[in-house]
Amino acid sequence: MNPEELQRIAAEELQAKSAAKHRIGVCTASGCLSCGSREVLKAIEQEAAARPEANLRIEGVGCMGLCSRGPLVMVQSGPVPAENSGAGAETAFLFKELTPADAPALVAYLEQQKSDPPTVAAGSTASSLAAKRCDLSAPFFRRQVKVVLEQFENIDPERIESYLAAGGYRALLDCLHHRRPVEIIDEITRSGLRGRGGGGYPVGLKWSTVAKAGAFVPQAGRSSRQSAGATAADRPDGPRKYVICNADEGDPGAFMDRSVLECAPHRVLEGMAIAAYAVGADFGYLYVRAEYPLAVERLRKAIVQAEKRGLLGRNIGGSAFNFQVEIRLGAGAFVCGEETALLASIEGRRGQPRPRPPYPAEHGLWGCPTLINNVETLANVAAIINRGADWFAALGTEKSKGTKVFALAGKIKNTGLIEVPMGISIHEIVHEMGSGEVGGIKAVQTGGPSGGCIPAEHFHLPVDYESLQAEGSIMGSGGMIIMDEGAAMVDVARFFMEFCVEESCGKCAPCRVGTTQVLLLLEKIGRGEGTAADLGQLEELCHLLQQTSLCGLGQSAANPVLSTLRFFRREYEQLLVDNTGKSNETDGSQSPQQGPQEVKK
Amino acid sequence: MSGRLRVATVWLDGCSGCHMSFLDMDELLLELAPRLELAYSPLVDRKEFPDRVDLALLEGAVSTPEDEAKARLVRAHSRLVVALGDCACQGNVPALRNRLDNEQLLDLVYRQQADGPAAAPPDRNVPPLLTHSLPLHRVIAVDLFLPGCPPPPAAIVRALTAVLDGETLSELPTLKFG
Amino acid sequence: MSGGRVITLQIDGRDCGADENQTILEVAQENGIFIPTLCHLNGLHPVGGCRICMVEVEGAPRPLPACVTHPAEGMRVTTDTPELRRRRRLILELMLAEGNHVCAVCVVNGHCELQELALQLGVDHLEIPALYPRREVDASHPRFGLDRNRCVLCTRCVRVCGEIEGAHTWDVMGRGLKAAIISDLNQPWGEAESCTACGKCVQVCPTGALFEKGKATGEMVKRHLHLPLLTAMRKEEEER
Repeated sequence: MNPEELQRIAAEELQAKSAAKHRIGVCTASGCLSCGSREVLKAIEQEAAARPEANLRIEGVGCMGLCSRGPLVMVQSGPVPAENSGAGAETAFLFKELTPADAPALVAYLEQQKSDPPTVAAGSTASSLAAKRCDLSAPFFRRQVKVVLEQFENIDPERIESYLAAGGYRALLDCLHHRRPVEIIDEITRSGLRGRGGGGYPVGLKWSTVAKAGAFVPQAGRSSRQSAGATAADRPDGPRKYVICNADEGDPGAFMDRSVLECAPHRVLEGMAIAAYAVGADFGYLYVRAEYPLAVERLRKAIVQAEKRGLLGRNIGGSAFNFQVEIRLGAGAFVCGEETALLASIEGRRGQPRPRPPYPAEHGLWGCPTLINNVETLANVAAIINRGADWFAALGTEKSKGTKVFALAGKIKNTGLIEVPMGISIHEIVHEMGSGEVGGIKAVQTGGPSGGCIPAEHFHLPVDYESLQAEGSIMGSGGMIIMDEGAAMVDVARFFMEFCVEESCGKCAPCRVGTTQVLLLLEKIGRGEGTAADLGQLEELCHLLQQTSLCGLGQSAANPVLSTLRFFRREYEQLLVDNTGKSNETDGSQSPQQGPQEVKK
Repeated sequence: MSGRLRVATVWLDGCSGCHMSFLDMDELLLELAPRLELAYSPLVDRKEFPDRVDLALLEGAVSTPEDEAKARLVRAHSRLVVALGDCACQGNVPALRNRLDNEQLLDLVYRQQADGPAAAPPDRNVPPLLTHSLPLHRVIAVDLFLPGCPPPPAAIVRALTAVLDGETLSELPTLKFG
Repeated sequence: MSGGRVITLQIDGRDCGADENQTILEVAQENGIFIPTLCHLNGLHPVGGCRICMVEVEGAPRPLPACVTHPAEGMRVTTDTPELRRRRRLILELMLAEGNHVCAVCVVNGHCELQELALQLGVDHLEIPALYPRREVDASHPRFGLDRNRCVLCTRCVRVCGEIEGAHTWDVMGRGLKAAIISDLNQPWGEAESCTACGKCVQVCPTGALFEKGKATGEMVKRHLHLPLLTAMRKEEEER
């Protein structure tokens, strides 16, 4: 496909959309599907078929954010907004919690072509519809700035034409026909984009490292038996580089990447292709966890569609650039999100990390230079190319540019997916967007099992990589769990440590055994049997994990404990046994580590 | 130090090998004797643990409530407590049972591996067991660890001399397990 | 290893010359500086798993494993500080607490690297509770035995079998504390078809986890001095 063809298809699609009086988009991401959006879509389609004069266009679209209130349905009228304009349609209504029973009222209302939204009238169905209307001027919607999630309400994830109409693949063709790889890397570097998987490493720097590395003939693993999982086609004779999309999202409570993959698979593919062109790779892997079946299905579809349109495969967009993408399914091991473990897994070996350096950028998949970027990172790429580094760099803070997608969960009214500019305060997210009760919220947990808890007193802080890190937490991939006064922080720490115990791969001793020992101590303290010495031991073990573990999983596994100790130490101390009273009646210098065991005949 | 050092040796869940090692100090024992008083030991006839002891050497793991009570009693009446041997230091052979719970353990011993006809575990003469055989420091505070199975006599001499001479115990060289 | 640039670094305040392809551990050993190790064995590819050989490198945010870290020009390495010693001791305690290490009844009592390390690092009891796992013993092989209770997952057996014998009988199965050494596809060792019964795994095992049958307590002495020789021979053959 060349740029003219792309333009034509996009125009046709837009025209078809504009021909309808109203466009109804029903969310078909996992969240809404799980509460019955498929049935709602069918009901609306049936109703619309019965009333062709209503002139409705109905499609399944992507996530609209308020996931806890699904199924969500967006109704838009008037001309389709210009691509990348950031503007919404002329009129747009968002309905929450729709059921198939609401379909007749909705279609009947639209058929009447009233310009007002449905009001609470005498009619019972109309009034129920009115009650389900969301206020799009509420902070939850108004405060969002969408780059990664842009146009999700207009994109049918299963049709490439829909993505093309939303301006898709224009950036890729632009790169292939008008820009040299070094210019693209420069654009990304100037944009200030940083890795969205949690680490925050400058993306441009990573790209240029891979670009500068010499291509390499793929090497079999140390033992040929170990690489038996890989097919011969994966490893041709010539030297090469790889691009890998890390879609092994595994933090409890985080589903940003899943949503992006389900709602705009082409956006990720486009990002991968641009990255591959920029760094000189011709082969890519999408490493997705098998627990995301819908994402995998849509990615598969998207790859076939893109190949058919000549946007993946050989001579992309009529250029000399070849790029082939394959999907690799992860079996759900959290550690496989760590890049060296991910590489081992793709190579068909046990998913275990290895010490870095060498970094994958120089010595990656089968020894070849490999670029590994997270889903959200790659989903930013096309927008940066389309609108320029300066536009992107104007979003966010000095060191953290752009936006970040968060999965909001916990004790707030509005939970779901949001995209906000970096630098927004935690207060704005929790209390304004999330409508969390001021005074009732105790802390927010960011970064999942690698992150920490930030107490309400610090909610004025801006959300950016450095600020969160200074508080002992991390940006992480974007999970945000809001906790109220009922949350016991020792329990919170224990929950995340249980996760790390389950997910430790077992390669290095501190993580393999240390996580279990930390968990035992947390359980003991939680039962009210811990001593001051136990608390000391807990901290010592946490520091050991941080300092001596092999990979990021172990190094950050203690963060939830250390951060709750930092801000909520009293909660730990209140649970301790009075050391001077009971257990230490003698003048011994050491206190016993463990109380007497219960007697059993 | 005024007067002779009042020493006690105590036998918990162990094989008495550490006490053999104690006796194996041989003629060194004679050299130390003028400075020591063996106030309590399975090797002497005293029935009650004395009120005040300077140094108590405990052999064996803590496996029964009786062991536990004894260990606490010793701790309450002793200035310094030494874990003597691998069982007291880290559980060793008695702790091998810890991978089984007590029911499994008794079933294994009295039914599955019975020499004669399999019988129910007796309800007399077998003491009640703690759920785990524990090293001494899990029950009471310990001042010095002398691992080894058994600890070499020279190491016991070294420890006794160190206490007699008022050395800091933490600076004694470490011993090998096993 | 050699053939790289020659660089200078400081280990414990001493100037050392090194090839950039060497590891800090190798350079230290050449210069008579002792760094304790466990999973490392000269002649096998290092994996950096046990974390006993952690050293401090000026400017690094956390200690680095000497066995897999390459020297850089002007690097300043410290191999022994109270902090490092405490960390090493705690790591060793974790490993001792993880298995069922009962030296008194072990075939390698007196010849065990783990036992020796405990002595060197001053571990005479465990501050952390022992976990007393139930692990399987595999006595199905006619000549050798595997007692997983004594395994520290150093993976020397996995590496020597894959890298030197070329049989790749051993591998690791399971995650976290459940990780365990298995032969072939988790078959009993005696039924593992790939095993050549060469016994290299037994000889490189630092503990009594892999042992020769017929040896009583303290009778098993591991011989692994042949390893560097084997690798040298293999390299020579490859170059020919």
